[in-house]
Amino acid sequence: MSNYFDEMFSDTGSLRGPYEEIGRWFNAEDASRLRAKQREAEEVFRLTGITFNVYGKAEAEERLIPFDIVPRVISGREWQRLERGIEQRVRAINAFLYDIYHRQEIVRAGRVPAEMIAGNEAFLPQMLGVAPPGQVYTHIVGIDLVRTGPDEFYVLEDNARTPSGVSYMLENRETMLKMFPELFSANNVRNVSDYPKNLRRSLAACAPSCAEGEPTVAVLTPGIYNSAYYEHAFLADQMAVELVEGHDLRVVDGRVCMRTTRGYKPIDVLYRRVDDEFLDPLNFNPDSALGVPGIMDVYRAGGITIANAPGTGIADDKAIYSYMPEIVEFYTGEKPLLQNVPTWRCSDPDSLAYVLDNLSELVVKEVHGSGGYGMLIGPTASKKEIAAFRHKLKSRPSNYIAQPTLSLSTVPIFARSGLVPRHVDLRPFVLVSPEGVKITPGGLTRVALKKGSLVVNSSQGGGTKDTWVLED
Amino acid sequence: MLGKTAGGLFWMSRYLERAENTARLLETGQRMALTRTQNSVEEWGSVLKTAGVLGGYSAKYEEITKENAVDWMLRDGENPSSIKSVIKQARDNARLVRTALTHDVWSAVNSTWMQVDAAMKRRVNERDLPGTLELIRQQAALVRGAILGTMLRNDMFDFMRIGNFIERADNTGRILDVKYYVLLPTAFSVGSSLDNIQWESILRSVGAGGGYRMTHGQKTTPSDIAQFLILDQRMPRSLHFCCRKIQENLSYLKKDYGFAGPSCEASNLLSEKYLGRQISDIFDYGLHEYIEDFLRDLSDLSRQVEVDYRFYE
Repeated sequence: MSNYFDEMFSDTGSLRGPYEEIGRWFNAEDASRLRAKQREAEEVFRLTGITFNVYGKAEAEERLIPFDIVPRVISGREWQRLERGIEQRVRAINAFLYDIYHRQEIVRAGRVPAEMIAGNEAFLPQMLGVAPPGQVYTHIVGIDLVRTGPDEFYVLEDNARTPSGVSYMLENRETMLKMFPELFSANNVRNVSDYPKNLRRSLAACAPSCAEGEPTVAVLTPGIYNSAYYEHAFLADQMAVELVEGHDLRVVDGRVCMRTTRGYKPIDVLYRRVDDEFLDPLNFNPDSALGVPGIMDVYRAGGITIANAPGTGIADDKAIYSYMPEIVEFYTGEKPLLQNVPTWRCSDPDSLAYVLDNLSELVVKEVHGSGGYGMLIGPTASKKEIAAFRHKLKSRPSNYIAQPTLSLSTVPIFARSGLVPRHVDLRPFVLVSPEGVKITPGGLTRVALKKGSLVVNSSQGGGTKDTWVLED
Repeated sequence: MLGKTAGGLFWMSRYLERAENTARLLETGQRMALTRTQNSVEEWGSVLKTAGVLGGYSAKYEEITKENAVDWMLRDGENPSSIKSVIKQARDNARLVRTALTHDVWSAVNSTWMQVDAAMKRRVNERDLPGTLELIRQQAALVRGAILGTMLRNDMFDFMRIGNFIERADNTGRILDVKYYVLLPTAFSVGSSLDNIQWESILRSVGAGGGYRMTHGQKTTPSDIAQFLILDQRMPRSLHFCCRKIQENLSYLKKDYGFAGPSCEASNLLSEKYLGRQISDIFDYGLHEYIEDFLRDLSDLSRQVEVDYRFYE
C-alpha cells in the first residue's frame, strides 16, 4: 500500500471507524447523481459569491475554491486530544505575547534569544507596555495541523495575525446539510454554525472599559478587492455588525468612530482584517489608505480594542515557531501536548550546512511567508529550482527555515475515476476571551487536489472539504 | 447604518434602474430603425443623446451606425453608462453593502452580473439583441421582486427607493428633453403617420404604451402624452409618481431619524414647483425649459441627499 496514512481506508482497504457510515452511503450512491450534486454545490458557491481573488491574475479576478463532497471525519476521541493541545498552545501564545511586550522574562531566562525578538520584523515596539483588555492578544487563532499516522498530529503553523477560512468552514457545512441531509441523520456530527455568535460574544467580552452598554463591534476590511472580502462581509453579516473600511472611520474625541447616516458613532471592538503595517498611517506605513490615522494612539489610551492585537505576528513567525515547545513549557509548566515539526533555523551555520546538503528531501520556507508562496518542496522540485533556492539560502540564511517533508495523511476526494486519496491539512479556529478559550469542533480541511501534491493552499490549486467531528 | 452603506444601496439601485432604462431605449431605437420611415442615423443619435452617452460615443467613433451605437450602449467598457458597465457597478455596490442585503437580493444581483457578463463577452449581433435585452429586463424584474419581497422597510429600503426613483425621474425627463420637439404643437404635426410613430416611440421607451391606452384610449395626442409622462399619478414612470416616491421615502427617513437635512424640504419644493400645474401651463411656460429646469433641480436634490446622509467623507 501507500506510504501515507489514509484517514478513510486502512492498509487492507477496509473502512476506518469514523468513516463507516460514509463508506456505506457512498457505495449505495449513484456516481452520476453525486457528480450532479458536486456541480450544484459549485453553482451555489458561485451565486452566493463565495469566491476569493487571486493576486496578480487579472483575467480571473474572482475564483471559486473547489469544494469536494467527501467529508473529512475526526472521531470524538481524536478531537478531544487535539482540543486540549490547541488550548494549551493558544494560552501559551497569549502569555508569550504579553511577556514579549512587557518584561520579556523568557528572554531573560535564556529560552529564546534576544535577537529573535528585537531583530524580528513582526515585533512592534509600539506595543511595548500596552496591556490589551483581558490581556488577550489573539482573539482569533487558526492552528494549522497535519496528520501523519493514527495518533500523530503535528502543528505546522500558528496563525495568530488574521487567520482566514472560517467562512468556508461554515459554508461547506451549510452546503453539505442542504445536499446530503441523509448523511447527517446517519452520523452524529457536532455543530459548527454558532461560530459567528461565539465570535461576537468573544469580541464583546474584550471591550475596553470605556464601552457603554452592549459593546459596538465592527469588522474592518481592506475593501471589495481584497482576496478574503467575501469572508469579511460574511462574518459582519452573521454577527450583525457593521463592515467598515478605513475611510468610514476617523478619530473623534479620543474614540475611533464610524460615519453613519446619523453622524459619527464610536466603535468599542474592531475586528480588523487589515495587516498591522496598514492599520495606522500615522504610526506605521504612512502610505496606507486602508487604516485609520491615529487609531494606535486611541488603542494605547484604552479607547478601543483591536482584534487581533497589533504585533501578534511575533508569535506566528516561522523562526519563533521552532521555539514553540520551549514557549509552551515556559508559560504552562507542562510538556506540549501537540508536537512541533522538527525545524532547522538556517540562521544557525550548522543547520544551514545540513539544509544545503539535504535540499532535495526538505521543505524550505520563508520566515515571513504565507499562502504557500516562496517555498521549496525538495522532493518534487526540479534541479533548477533547487539550485535557485540554494542561491537564495546562501545569500540570506536567516530568512529561511527548513523542515522534513512530512508524509501528510490523505482523505479521498470524489474524482472522475471515483474515490482517490489526496493530502489534507486542518485549520481549527480558536476564539480567546477573558471568558475562556473556545474551539469550534473541526475547522477547515484543505486538500491538495493534484495527485501527489503536498501544497493545500487555495492560491496554489487547493480545495476544501467539510470537516466533521463526531459525537462518540 | 454607515453612510457608505446608504450610498452603496442608493447607487446599486440607481445603476440597476439605469440598466433597465437603457435596455428599453435600445429596444425602442431598434424598433424605430426597423420601421425604416425614419432617418436611422438621426434616430440612433437621439437614442445616444437620451442615454447621455453621445459625447463619449463621438469621441470614439466618427459616424453614427446602428452596430456601433448598440455596442456602445450595450457593452463597451469605455462607456461608464453601458449596460454592462452599470450592471458591474451595481454588483460592486451590492458587494460593498453585502451585509445590508438579504440573501435573495444579493443572489439576484450577482446572477444578473454573471449572466450579463456571459451574454456580452462578444459583440451581440442583431439576431441575439432581442434576447439579450429581454434578459436584462427579466433580471431587473427579478432583482426588484427580491427587494420588494424580502427587504425590511427600514432606512436601507428608503435609500434604495430614493436612488431608484431619482434615476427613473431622470430617465423620463431625458426622454422628454430629447424628444420634446415631437410633442410641440405646430402647424405641421397633425397626427401624420410619422408623428404617430414618434409618439408611440416615446411611450414605448418608458414602457407605457399599454398604460396610456388604458388611460386615454386609442387617441394619441402630444398633450396627452406629455400629461401622461409628467403629471399622471398612477403611471410608475411619470415625473409625478417618481417625485412623490422620493418625497415619501425622505419623509420616512425624517420620521425614523428624528431629523432631516435640506434634501427633505428640497423634495417637497420639487413636487410643488413642477407638479402642481396643468399640462397647458407647462406648454405655455415652454416644455423644453420646464424639463431642463426639472432635471437641474433633480440633480441638485440627488447631491443634497448624498450630503445629508454622509455617503462620502
